[in-house]
Amino acid sequence: MLRAAPWLTAALFLGPIAAGLAGTLLPAFGWLPALGGTAVSLEPWRALLAAPGLGRAVLLTLGTGFAATLLSFALVIAFCAATQGRTLARRAQAALAPLLATPHAALAIGFAFLVAPSGWIARALSPWATGWDRPPDWATVNDPWGLALVAGLTLKEVPYLLLMAFAGLGQIRAAEAMRAAAALGYGPVTGWLKVVLPQLYPQLRLPLYAVLAFSLSVVDVALILGPGAPPTLSALVLRWFADRDLAMWFPAAAGAVLLLALVLGGILAWRVGERVAAAAGRRWIATGGRGGAGRALRCGAPALMGLLLAANAAALLVLLAWSFAGPWRFPEALPSAFTLATWRAQVQALAQPAMATLAVALAATALALLLALACLEAEQRHGLRPGRRALLMIWLPLLLPQLAFLFGWQVALVRLDLDGTAGAVVWTHLLFVLPYVFLSLADPWRALDPRHARAAAALGAGPWRVFWAVKCRLLLRPLLVAAAVGFAVSAGLYLPTLFAGGGRIATLTTEAVTLAAGADRRVLGAYAALQALMPLAAYAAAVAVPSFLHRDRRGMRPA
Amino acid sequence: MSLVLEAPEITLGGRRLLALDRLAVPAGEVVTVMGPSGSGKSTLLAWVSGALDPAFRARGRVLLGGQDVSGLPPHRRGIGLMFQDDLLFPHLSVAENLGFGLPAALRGRAARQARIEAALAEAELPGFGPRDPATLSGGQRARVALLRTLLAEPRALLLDEPFGKLDVALRGRVRDFVFERVRRRGIPALLVTHDPADAAAAGGPVLELGDAAAG
Repeated sequence: MLRAAPWLTAALFLGPIAAGLAGTLLPAFGWLPALGGTAVSLEPWRALLAAPGLGRAVLLTLGTGFAATLLSFALVIAFCAATQGRTLARRAQAALAPLLATPHAALAIGFAFLVAPSGWIARALSPWATGWDRPPDWATVNDPWGLALVAGLTLKEVPYLLLMAFAGLGQIRAAEAMRAAAALGYGPVTGWLKVVLPQLYPQLRLPLYAVLAFSLSVVDVALILGPGAPPTLSALVLRWFADRDLAMWFPAAAGAVLLLALVLGGILAWRVGERVAAAAGRRWIATGGRGGAGRALRCGAPALMGLLLAANAAALLVLLAWSFAGPWRFPEALPSAFTLATWRAQVQALAQPAMATLAVALAATALALLLALACLEAEQRHGLRPGRRALLMIWLPLLLPQLAFLFGWQVALVRLDLDGTAGAVVWTHLLFVLPYVFLSLADPWRALDPRHARAAAALGAGPWRVFWAVKCRLLLRPLLVAAAVGFAVSAGLYLPTLFAGGGRIATLTTEAVTLAAGADRRVLGAYAALQALMPLAAYAAAVAVPSFLHRDRRGMRPA
Repeated sequence: MSLVLEAPEITLGGRRLLALDRLAVPAGEVVTVMGPSGSGKSTLLAWVSGALDPAFRARGRVLLGGQDVSGLPPHRRGIGLMFQDDLLFPHLSVAENLGFGLPAALRGRAARQARIEAALAEAELPGFGPRDPATLSGGQRARVALLRTLLAEPRALLLDEPFGKLDVALRGRVRDFVFERVRRRGIPALLVTHDPADAAAAGGPVLELGDAAAG
């Protein structure tokens, strides 16, 4: 039975994606019998191309997506190169977990609260530095160039890429390579770029593709921080899918396919860029230049990273500040009074989406843990060796634009008479929760000394007792961290909830994104703060529970 | 009760790692297998215990008291195993580790607890039950590991360089502790080592693996 686990997982996983892609591709070419589309035609594409602002939307999508990815990558590389082997790197690592837990939407809303013309930064500087006694008439959020969108995405992607980079560095013995380079006279930054980066990059490749795909196709952050007329392609496509006129579904489907092409083409272009950069890097390495002390980068990169992490924290704080704010006139840096009035007024309205968020996240996480553990256990008991194809399958939902298969998947759910049910939402969340749960659990699970299991078996413990009493207990910490990651991912999902829930299941994320269009800052602050606090609480529990249970076990402390 | 390995032959990807005619370990005796690293000593023990990596192919039979156990999974063979590392479970206390080995057939909290206490007292570790294994000395950990193995009431014992990580002063004492208990229990034990002093202390027949595989 356990042997079937990888296949069952693949079916649960690939089924919706295949059905979703087909269900988006067919309407893009006019085929959707339920809406009277019974002939294959290029009409949807004609309608798409005739849509006002499409060209600019495509340019915006490409510009913001690549800018955010390149910027995040550059910052992470600069930071890693500047801090290799320094305590700064370890400190940054400790700060990462809470930042990773923050949902995109909450962070984007908090970031808007920071940089808006009437935001915290302008308030902190006014009127003493700026002379403003009313907000300036600037477009610092929703700017037509998408700069706020790029900044918001970078803020969220950098912690993720940094975590992936740290994990990768742990596997390549970077310290030895650096010592060897230093002994040959290479400066720390040049040495890192020449000997560590080429080894690290393969480990970063898939996470980078995922960041690129996400940045090119993101919807919730684009709605909150991106330009409005025209918006990015993804926001435009969502607008058509949500149109009262169901005939708009045809150009919307064509737009989703165009988005898919942009993402796949974007990944391909990045791959080509990798080759070019690698060739240039080889020539650079061959010159034998040793580089200097790299003092500018060794000071500048950590400072920039510190600024970014501080902005992350400030974005969370400002949400809380607004949710507890009494009167708060413009140039004042803090509200003139703090009050529970907003929370009291909203507690009724918040309760239902909060419970829905909790229930869906718990169910999707439990299911993902079950499947991930079953796959990993099957792998060990039956000596399976998952190859590159299995790894790529795990990453698939993160490398495709959500819009490209969620619409088709929704159509399939309607056919199955499952749309708008809690089960459909959980299943759809699973597509995004499982990859993160699996990836964060697989390394520690596979790295566990197999002799523990052998020792237990020699004492008469059967495979299930070994699994439960030895493996799960020894790996309690990574197990709970994986669960917290899954919980955070689920709690932050916007489009999957929207499509699979058929508009009938509202979570804190869908409510917050809706409210971001113009609700009172206090109310919006409360929704976004709660949205951010739930995954944070999950992370805190994942750290605290093992520490408490193992308080008298020195051998169980984290290394 | 004796342990008999009948014509074991282990191959990896078509290459023969190890082949023996027959190896018999009488009850209460320690047979030592010696050989350079890479001669397949540990692989042989993995096969006997039933935990051979699926990458290997093995032929031959393991007979325990005349019964063929080759088809049984590791936990049903009743063959105890000790490694170079004690592998005490770090999440359990000393008593809980010992309790992990104690058969479920011994029922009742008090009875189990008493059995564990008795074992600890007999090993000159009285009152160590609630201790965190990470706070024990190397010699104490080795003794607890052996107690845990013996409490599972194995019908045979495999020793995979169990003294390799102990310092010289401790080595002799732990060795005596182990061998004395094997004799008292009257179970067959198979010892793998590269230390001639281990083989001498074991007192039983010695098999040089490099030679056997070649011949």
